[in-house]
Amino acid sequence: MFAYIVRRVLYAIPILIGVNLITFTLFFVVNTPDDMARMHLGTKRVTAEAISKWKLERGYDKPLLWNTTATGSAKLTSTIFFERSMRLFRFDFGAAEDGRDIAREIRGRMLPSFALALPVFLVGLAVNISFALMLAFFRATYLDTWGVVFCVAMMSVSTLFYIIGGQYLISKLWHLVPISGYARGPDALRFLVLPVIIGIVSGFGTSARLYRTLFLEEMSKDYVRTAKAKGLAERVVMFRHVLRNAMIPILTGVVVVLPALFFGSLITESFFGIPGLGSYTIDAIQAQDFAVVRAMVFIGSVLYILGLLATDLSYTLVDPRVRFQ
Amino acid sequence: MPLLPVFLPTDVLLWLLVIAAVGYGIYCARRPHLAQPWSRVFRSPGAVVAGVLLGCYLLIGLADSLHFRARLEQASASGQAAYAPEVLSLLDVALARLRAGTERSYSAPLATRAFVREMVEQPDGTTRRGFPRLRQGGAHLEDESQWTEDIARRALLGLACGAALWLLLLWSIRPLMRRAPAVPWRAGLITVGVLLALSGPVVVLAGGYHVLGTDKVGQDVLLLSLKSVRTSLVIGTLTTLVILPFGITFGVVAGYFRGWVDDVIQYVYTTLNSIPGVLLIAAAVLMMQVYVDSHPDLFPTAAQRADLRLLFLCIILGVTSWTGLTRLLRGETLKLAELEYVQAAHAFGVSHGRVLSRHLVPNLMHIVVISVAIDFSTLVLTEAVLSYIGVGVDPTTVSFGTMINGARLEMSREPIVWWSLSAAFVFMFTLVLSANLLADAVRDAFDPRVRIGVA
Repeated sequence: MFAYIVRRVLYAIPILIGVNLITFTLFFVVNTPDDMARMHLGTKRVTAEAISKWKLERGYDKPLLWNTTATGSAKLTSTIFFERSMRLFRFDFGAAEDGRDIAREIRGRMLPSFALALPVFLVGLAVNISFALMLAFFRATYLDTWGVVFCVAMMSVSTLFYIIGGQYLISKLWHLVPISGYARGPDALRFLVLPVIIGIVSGFGTSARLYRTLFLEEMSKDYVRTAKAKGLAERVVMFRHVLRNAMIPILTGVVVVLPALFFGSLITESFFGIPGLGSYTIDAIQAQDFAVVRAMVFIGSVLYILGLLATDLSYTLVDPRVRFQ
Repeated sequence: MPLLPVFLPTDVLLWLLVIAAVGYGIYCARRPHLAQPWSRVFRSPGAVVAGVLLGCYLLIGLADSLHFRARLEQASASGQAAYAPEVLSLLDVALARLRAGTERSYSAPLATRAFVREMVEQPDGTTRRGFPRLRQGGAHLEDESQWTEDIARRALLGLACGAALWLLLLWSIRPLMRRAPAVPWRAGLITVGVLLALSGPVVVLAGGYHVLGTDKVGQDVLLLSLKSVRTSLVIGTLTTLVILPFGITFGVVAGYFRGWVDDVIQYVYTTLNSIPGVLLIAAAVLMMQVYVDSHPDLFPTAAQRADLRLLFLCIILGVTSWTGLTRLLRGETLKLAELEYVQAAHAFGVSHGRVLSRHLVPNLMHIVVISVAIDFSTLVLTEAVLSYIGVGVDPTTVSFGTMINGARLEMSREPIVWWSLSAAFVFMFTLVLSANLLADAVRDAFDPRVRIGVA
């Protein structure tokens, strides 16, 4: 198992290099260092000297991918790509355009993101599974039919409407919680209730319907028929047999998002003014701050790869039939 | 010629797609194994209702996809015809009254007076703060006390027209109903009836009022909602055009050849997948923005620039979302390639290309059809979110995302301006819900797995 993990971690390195290459292509080939220099220095009366000075100061005077003037391994290392993206592997993200250290910013924003994403994930999972189990229990009745229609209707509403509607109804009309904002410490609870509810509601339709399908698939298996033939009550069959076995695809399916919980939810955070990683990213996108966007892309990819690894590991934990090769 | 047709890239692609869809329909109708699941789709009432609604959206969208520039009255000095700089569509012409009748700012649905106080000149020459009469909404009323009567009269007229149209339709499709008794005609006719009952009064009322009110800059919200439909359709369908070639080729090839081909393709899609989708799209759109800004000479008119941005957004969305389909197809191909009939084909010396095209791809088409149907609604929802963040369509393109973005602060006004958001909500919800319902029916008809558990 240890060898397997090591192999998977090693496999992640080419993927991360690929991710960097893609973001690098997007950022530097279309928007060349010369363009960046002009954008920073302003368009008026920019001399070639000023541009090359700007590039030299920030290390943008080197070739993009392959340095023909250098010798040996420096051909590869003395380039903008290598210097910019290899730093990311050390989690050294440099400074944002306003001069603040990105790594510090990220450390400070991880907790609020997590505080929002974790309850959404856990409570959401519980709600969705219970609802799906109820529909599966009452399968092929009116309750089931309309339950599915309800799910489909829920997933047809844009997240934006859930947020706007929730803010209007709960905060403005009923004055239950503040519309947006954040506070550190236990005070955060007041600010987190509404985004958590909206996060759960907006993910409800898709997941509940998917879980219902998984439950129904499990219920059509032979061992369930055997259990029923033995004379076990429907309730026992549902909770002892179906629920447990259907948890395998459900759990392994959600493990992939676990690390990404730190990454937070882009839209919800920016709407509610929660100072997490999601709103940081959105702000960076809107301010066209490439350094931050690049750092966030990198972190997002690392978390996704961790999620894939966790998924594979979780298969062995919940399903003894799966073995590593 | 009185008109100069303008072929925007998305128009051309959208119409090509319609032609391709018609071609696919004819192709399916001749093959029983394909015609059967499709006829099963349209035997479910939900799918028929969804189909009728989507058909209406499609008509609006296609009418909005025939663009031209009108000829100007005065001929230029050289004798050449001069054309208006503004690019119009067929829908714009049909809604000319709504386009022309802009107000100064907000006005409530069917209102005769503005929603915000302004300085109004009194008959005696003094000015006072008050709610001025609208330029178009109810301008034909001499006395505002006639308002109730006028609204009722117009609504009834509209209802009558709707009912007449509905009866006409009922009468004209009777032979068709007798030929295909299995189709749930009643569900379809009820949907059409409800639609006519709603749109009849709206059409007649729109002649004198802003039925859904006006937005901040005084544009008619009904017009904006109808114009948004095309953007959604373009995003939902053209993106598929990008996804399919990538998804099918890579998925089938990876599952069939395995070995290093599979490794490379898996590497590519894991890499693409591991970049958070929104960020990849945002980065690509930002880059395009920079490119457009630094090359203004390439994009002569604003309409062309906006249209290219829309097309580019479709391409980016396609490039970032083919991975799901690829993974599905790869898995299924791995399974299919082991089956006896494929082995038999190999034993007979059938070439790889032929095994792929004759034996594997046709047996994977149900997955493709299902995923196209499911992707449509996801893409429509994604567009709204992206436009909200500011990395979606061009700000000048009317879309549900830009409508919501423009209206997001209206809920905090006092008294609240609810009509823009509600209109965007209703139009978008109906579109996505019908797409989801149709996708469900398609999946039930094409996916053999779904029918298992439902006793």
